[in-house]
Amino acid sequence: MSASVGARMNLKLRVWRQSGPDQPGGFMDVDAPDIPEDCSFLEMLDIVNERLVAEDVEPITFAHDCREGICGTCGVMINGRPHGPEAATATCQLHMRKFRDGDKIVIEPFRAASFPVVKDLMVDRRAFDRIIESGGYVSAPTGTAPDANETPIPKDVADFAMDAAACIGCGACVAACPNSAAQLFTAAKLGHLNVLPQGQPERLRRSEAMVETMESYFGSCTNHGECSAACPKEISLDFIAVMNRDYLKAKIKNRRLASQT
Amino acid sequence: MKTVASPTPAAAAAPAAAERVPPLRSRRRELPWPLSIYQTAVGKKYVMAATGIGLLGFVVTHMIGNLHLYEGPAQLNEYAEALRDLGGHLVPRTLILWLMRVGLLAMFVLHIHSAWSLKEISRRSSPRAGLISGSKRYAGGQDYASADFAGRTMRWTGPIIGLYVLFHLADLTWGWWLGDDYVRGDVYNNVVESLSSIPVALVYIVANAALSLHIYHGIWSAFQTLGVNNPRFNHLRRGLAAVVAATILAGNLSFPIMVQAGVVA
Amino acid sequence: MSTAVDSVDSIDSALQGRSILDSKAPPGPLADKWDNHKFSVKLVNPANKRRFKILVVGTGLAGASAAASLAELGYKVEAFTFHDSPRRAHSIAAQGGINAAKNYRNDGDSVWRLFYDTIKGGDYRSREANVYRLAQVSLDIIDQCAAQGVPFAREYGGLLANRSFGGAQVSRTFYARGQTGQQLLLGAYQALAAQIAAGGVTLHNRADVLDIVTKDGEACGIVARDLLTGEVRAHSGHAVVLATGGYGNVYYLSTNAMNCNVTAAWRAHRRGAAFANPCYSQIHPTCIPAGDEFQSKLTLMSESLRNDGRIWVPRSMDETRPAADIDDAGRYYFLEEKYPAFGNLVPRDVASRNAKTVVDQGLGVGPLRNGVYLDFADVIARDGEQVVREKYGNLFDMYERITGEDPYKSPMRIYPAIHYTMGGLWVDYNLMTNVAGLYALGECNFSDHGANRLGASALMQGLADGYFVLPYTIGDYLAPRLGSDPVPTDDPVFVEAVSEAADRTRSWLSVRGTQSVDYYHRELGKLVWEYCGMARSRTGLEKALSEIPALREEFRANVKVLGSADGTNQALEQVNRVDDFMELAELKARDALHREESCGGHFREEHQTPEGEALRDDENFAYVAAWQWQGPQQPQALIKEQLSFDNVELTQRSYK
Repeated sequence: MSASVGARMNLKLRVWRQSGPDQPGGFMDVDAPDIPEDCSFLEMLDIVNERLVAEDVEPITFAHDCREGICGTCGVMINGRPHGPEAATATCQLHMRKFRDGDKIVIEPFRAASFPVVKDLMVDRRAFDRIIESGGYVSAPTGTAPDANETPIPKDVADFAMDAAACIGCGACVAACPNSAAQLFTAAKLGHLNVLPQGQPERLRRSEAMVETMESYFGSCTNHGECSAACPKEISLDFIAVMNRDYLKAKIKNRRLASQT
Repeated sequence: MKTVASPTPAAAAAPAAAERVPPLRSRRRELPWPLSIYQTAVGKKYVMAATGIGLLGFVVTHMIGNLHLYEGPAQLNEYAEALRDLGGHLVPRTLILWLMRVGLLAMFVLHIHSAWSLKEISRRSSPRAGLISGSKRYAGGQDYASADFAGRTMRWTGPIIGLYVLFHLADLTWGWWLGDDYVRGDVYNNVVESLSSIPVALVYIVANAALSLHIYHGIWSAFQTLGVNNPRFNHLRRGLAAVVAATILAGNLSFPIMVQAGVVA
Repeated sequence: MSTAVDSVDSIDSALQGRSILDSKAPPGPLADKWDNHKFSVKLVNPANKRRFKILVVGTGLAGASAAASLAELGYKVEAFTFHDSPRRAHSIAAQGGINAAKNYRNDGDSVWRLFYDTIKGGDYRSREANVYRLAQVSLDIIDQCAAQGVPFAREYGGLLANRSFGGAQVSRTFYARGQTGQQLLLGAYQALAAQIAAGGVTLHNRADVLDIVTKDGEACGIVARDLLTGEVRAHSGHAVVLATGGYGNVYYLSTNAMNCNVTAAWRAHRRGAAFANPCYSQIHPTCIPAGDEFQSKLTLMSESLRNDGRIWVPRSMDETRPAADIDDAGRYYFLEEKYPAFGNLVPRDVASRNAKTVVDQGLGVGPLRNGVYLDFADVIARDGEQVVREKYGNLFDMYERITGEDPYKSPMRIYPAIHYTMGGLWVDYNLMTNVAGLYALGECNFSDHGANRLGASALMQGLADGYFVLPYTIGDYLAPRLGSDPVPTDDPVFVEAVSEAADRTRSWLSVRGTQSVDYYHRELGKLVWEYCGMARSRTGLEKALSEIPALREEFRANVKVLGSADGTNQALEQVNRVDDFMELAELKARDALHREESCGGHFREEHQTPEGEALRDDENFAYVAAWQWQGPQQPQALIKEQLSFDNVELTQRSYK
């Protein structure tokens, strides 16, 4: 057992407060003394909130749910990084032992024009759902499926699809992107379905629809790679290249002609 | 939330909720193919990548051609004459050169137009974005994890290169300020006359540094944008970009430096 | 409700004179029941389906699959989730896999074997007909999910991979890395998204359902609060489907997500739906123990760790040496000593109870002395670190990220945590509660797992209910109602329910007490965990039944909620939920007290074999305990659904 178990730290927080979507926001400085280093970042905010409530200050609103890094609900900018300094880690899985006693921590919501702030650190990410609705599925109505083993999928293909499908839809990619582009999210969703045999019939249609829906909400990629560096699931930039290729094909191939070959 | 005023209380149910985060831009009427490709952001990026590759081809050829400088005046001027004479006796003199110039100009315009429009898309997609860079700004600052200097300065090196090209044309093609020293057709003389001025040499050095940075990010970026992606060679892309950019930088910088050093006179 | 039941007499009086619930399980041989039933249910003409509006609450596996499938059939569906996106429902966190009786491994699996294992695993407290149907449709689920593009693990030949899971004798578990729940949920969510785009489903996200509305004994709609604006509104439909998950968060610390709650199900219960078997809750033995008072949730680690890790505690309470320095004489391998045949691989509940026993004896390890060691030193010495890393690398990484300790060097600390709740709203074979037109799906209902759930069966049940059961059975209720309009939302039943829900929500702001919502949730959790957790006793449960109402009264008088009801207010969202947990906790304790036997997830210390094994009482307790709301000041009445086992023989398990 490490000797430091049970150690405590004193922190200074600068937290973005904003009472509503159309309200002006600003930073609030709040001391966070005596924080157990074994607690998670969100538990640190829980502690701060409990103290704020005791002082009759409305607690800080932040989105969170599963707290095991899979639901994608949580996510804030911590010292200028989405989900904080630890690679491949969602905010809920970031633990305070990654910080030092006396640290100043700036906490700000994910920013993008299509991620309007709901309150304090919580943003509205429904634009992601619009992207999925525009084509991020395989049309397989319930009951129509053939036996699962009738369509063999090489292990490498299944693994590649799974790498993409690991995306938790947290929005860190958009938050990290200086252009507020959603390329990595969209590419992960396309990468998952476009490589599988089941996804082939709708591949071009899907690529075209999802990319164009994405563009109606988000900025344009400049290949910085910030998205992938911020991604808690380490989704690779390669999926963006694959998406670009599929989109180009979709724009060039005549689908009626393609159907004859 | 940008709540859209609901037309009637009855319709306030689902549609209003769906519009809580409306799209930033609506799709315009689709133009005929292939113009429709250029209407979308990813399509513009293809155009930017494709014209970027074309312009890179020009830069490389231009740099290699300029190496004739080291062979002496006769050879360099002969090279320049050969460019005008491309196509030999089959086509009117300078026709091919002019076609190439028009092509270059078109690529340049498209490259700049796509870059500007994409920058605007990004700027409108980000709160507090800078006017030139189009990049989002966090009130508490952002700590970049992966974006390098070359990538982050694309929207600054681009305009620098644009201005430099104008300067370069005015300097050596139109001879605006060399005055009597400018001898039309005597490329060797013009280059040496121009680059022997220290301020001009500095302009060339700064601009070519910007050009190489731009090319470094541009090459890597073009692979991504055009979807040229293969796990076998992906790890080579950054290296290739660096080698090409460095070669161009070395070649282009050698001219002002060598002139200043008196090696070429 | 608020009067504590502290004598057996009052419970017994509640037991008497209730009618028996009709399970509507179809007649005929077990294997033909579902087919016969599908033929006998009434159908709605395809062209008429769009004339029915169905409200689906919850968008996890059960809710999303039901909403998508119903919309594909042509019904008008309105789906509700309190999340910002349907994809965030807690089904997403399931790691292990999903069972299906495909027998792709040729190891003797069959529908019958899956049925039998599920009935036996549930300790003979589930309904045969339902469980058999579950095993039957398990085949279709895998086909459906593969067709949707769920990236299941594959063999090199491209065929689906399987593993054995949770002690099953056959390899019937399909999986997608350690993220099976995520991938299945994404599949269902994508199907839902397709229907949203097609206009068949209207999605209400950030809509927190606060009440179920009934008229003339039939469910006619719901009341939901918009979590962004605070607006409380009525929604009306021909039928209401609840797929709102389990109530594990009554323990405060559990592996559930922070926002999982029982409110929709509990409000349905208060509107007349019977709540069945609330005492059945599943404990998962390999979770990371709480680190401090502010621990907000517990993280589960795959049970596969027990295949190689050895579980022990120091023999002496006064042990001060670091774990690695303690010699064998100082180590107490309590599972290996007590169960030489199965050792560390005894079933979940046995492993959990024994861990609790040694921790209660003061032998616990870690800063709060609330865990036991799970030690990999032997297997690392035997097979090398590389082999261990390949098998468990991601789990070890996760452990290190959370605890800051390196499990390659010092043993992991584990402790059991609440993981799943088998109890829930009582439903018949059609998945309809005893309130007409009100359905319950997935973990929200009680139907298939009996007193304990097999590993990798939760995902199976949620998807079975949503994809393949409800779409067939709901027509039976709707068909005769063709031509009737949904009750308008300006009907007095809706107006009253809306103002009641709005007033209730707003009222918390005027309490202006001294303690936060979380404080009371934690206090409640401690009580329920202590007295109604892994091992229960009469004295403990009686204590719980007197302390929970007292805590509830204090909570209602002294909770402090700041801010306003107009707009986002997370504490206000939570306070309604904790209030409902307070009432549920009491019912849970009462159910546990009345069930004078040990079975599955319910262990009564008074009822065990000399070896400490659970002792069932099939004579007197082979029934579903469904509790009927009697009003706010009354204890619920017990209705029994007697269980009959015509196809399996009841046996007592033994792991010695």
